[in-house]
Amino acid sequence: MAFDLDEKLADGRVGFFTDTSVCIGCKACEVACKEWNAVPDDGMTFTGMSYDNTVGLGADTWRHVAFVEQRRPLGHQEPGVGDMDFRWLMASDVCKHCTHAACLDVCPTGSLFRTEYGTVVVQEDVCNGCGYCVPACPFGVIGKRETTGVAAKCTMCYDRLGAGEEPACAKTCPTDSIQFGDLDELRERAERRLEQLRAAGAGSARLYGHDPDDGVGGTGAFFLLLDEPEVYGLPPDPVVTTRDLPSMWRHVGVAALALLAGVAASAWRRQS
Amino acid sequence: MSQTDVRLDGSPGLRSEREATPGSAGRRRERLPVPRADFESYYGRPVLNEPTWQAPDIAGYLFLGGLAGASSTLAAAAELTGRPRLARACKAGAVCALGGSLYALIHDLGRPERFVNMLRVFKVTSPMSVGTWILTGYGPQAGVAAAAGLTGMFPGLGRAATIGAGLAGPALATYTAALICDTAVPVWHEGHREMPFLFAGSAAAAAGGLGMLGAPVSEAGPARRAALLGAAVECVAAARMERRLGPLAEPLKRSRLLRAGEALSLLGAVAGLVAGRRGGRGRLMAMAAGAALLAGSACTRFGIFRAGMESANDPKYTVQPQRRRLAKAKAERDLR
Repeated sequence: MAFDLDEKLADGRVGFFTDTSVCIGCKACEVACKEWNAVPDDGMTFTGMSYDNTVGLGADTWRHVAFVEQRRPLGHQEPGVGDMDFRWLMASDVCKHCTHAACLDVCPTGSLFRTEYGTVVVQEDVCNGCGYCVPACPFGVIGKRETTGVAAKCTMCYDRLGAGEEPACAKTCPTDSIQFGDLDELRERAERRLEQLRAAGAGSARLYGHDPDDGVGGTGAFFLLLDEPEVYGLPPDPVVTTRDLPSMWRHVGVAALALLAGVAASAWRRQS
Repeated sequence: MSQTDVRLDGSPGLRSEREATPGSAGRRRERLPVPRADFESYYGRPVLNEPTWQAPDIAGYLFLGGLAGASSTLAAAAELTGRPRLARACKAGAVCALGGSLYALIHDLGRPERFVNMLRVFKVTSPMSVGTWILTGYGPQAGVAAAAGLTGMFPGLGRAATIGAGLAGPALATYTAALICDTAVPVWHEGHREMPFLFAGSAAAAAGGLGMLGAPVSEAGPARRAALLGAAVECVAAARMERRLGPLAEPLKRSRLLRAGEALSLLGAVAGLVAGRRGGRGRLMAMAAGAALLAGSACTRFGIFRAGMESANDPKYTVQPQRRRLAKAKAERDLR
């Protein structure tokens, strides 16, 4: 192959490792992201969903801290609420910067592109707001911004990377729950952390998005979770939709030929 | 020096919090476990972001694009077999549907003035890009075919354009299946094997309806046969899709629009045949049948669109099929 994505990406690809086991739910990442990227407000509403009022990722939310309340123990922790087991799960979600990115594949203008850091970024001066990337994303990350009419999502602070700075969210995270760096190194670090947590009795800990053999070829932003992905609003087995596109085109081709043949057959006899 | 940075260039400065162990404060007492729910989600919120596509624009385009494409093919077939009035009606219908398609597509853009940006690339991975180029090839031919057919000028050029549009028509009528299936929307994506056939059938039924509406009964034989064939293919494809999708087919099975679409299509196709038997006296009935077929095709497209939106907005349609897929993969691994 002339162009090998995996080889290209292995060369200097950066990413996020979000270790949710040390997230304290301070939302400093949300604020830092908004500040640095000048992301507009996404509505001032109280949802009643624990302490989460940003709800989910979208055009105007590029970092989202999930708050999960569970009547279950966390490791050997004493919850301090009488006889009730209780634990918080907090996790800062972000664009996954997939190896096989559906948003990038389906973009009809070439506005979405792969950067030299292996990240996926929208060129907002090229995007015409067709909205195709929105349903293409298996994680529900990208959205169309009402005010500008174009797609918007996390850029992994493309402008900061060029200046040798880490992204704003990772820079501000007070517990290093969000770690930024060379993706291979982050993966090794995540494996070590997982072993450490399992040894400490947190049997439910697992990595999410770290596996290059998963449905999206591994993600540039991956996570250490303490429960099933869907508990955090993440899909358990995301697959890049374009994986099935060759099959779709084959079926479209057969259907188009069948339509042509069917109409021709309908008019086979000449008018007398 | 900052401790927090893990920079592009190098060595991470570790902070102690990174190694903190959750729940390390002490021993725990025995407690009663709480049973887990069999399906979990984040406060019932959808995993996917809701498509920003508006039903009148995009479902409308699915209908109009199918109508335009199949009508051009029917027009070419009618012209080549000596049915000038059927050909003229189909060409006029196709160019009107094309106009509606272009309006809907551009209207749905967040920045309509930038629609030409889609002509700066060709990407086979993006059905919308492929469709833009199909429209770019098909549109002018359909326009020339209609103009020449209605004015009678440049008959040679008109015939070439009619045949060109007739050959490009099926591509326009069916690529829209890939357009919606190439998304993470569960019902659309998982239905990708049957969707092109469902759309081809629905398009043929709509074009047949248009032919019955616009051409005299004596010339509309091909329209009646195309409508019957199309309605049958549409219904079979829908039934197959619903069976294959299993629990994921719920939004399709619940859809009244889809049922109405199938009923109108079949009714229109059969009524069209009866009108054909009655010859010249069946003109009114043929027109009613044609209108029913057009309405049926529109209902089908809006029904598919709505069912997809519904499946995107409920996390269970995203999570449960993926869970089943994981369980199946695990079972297969365990067997080996």
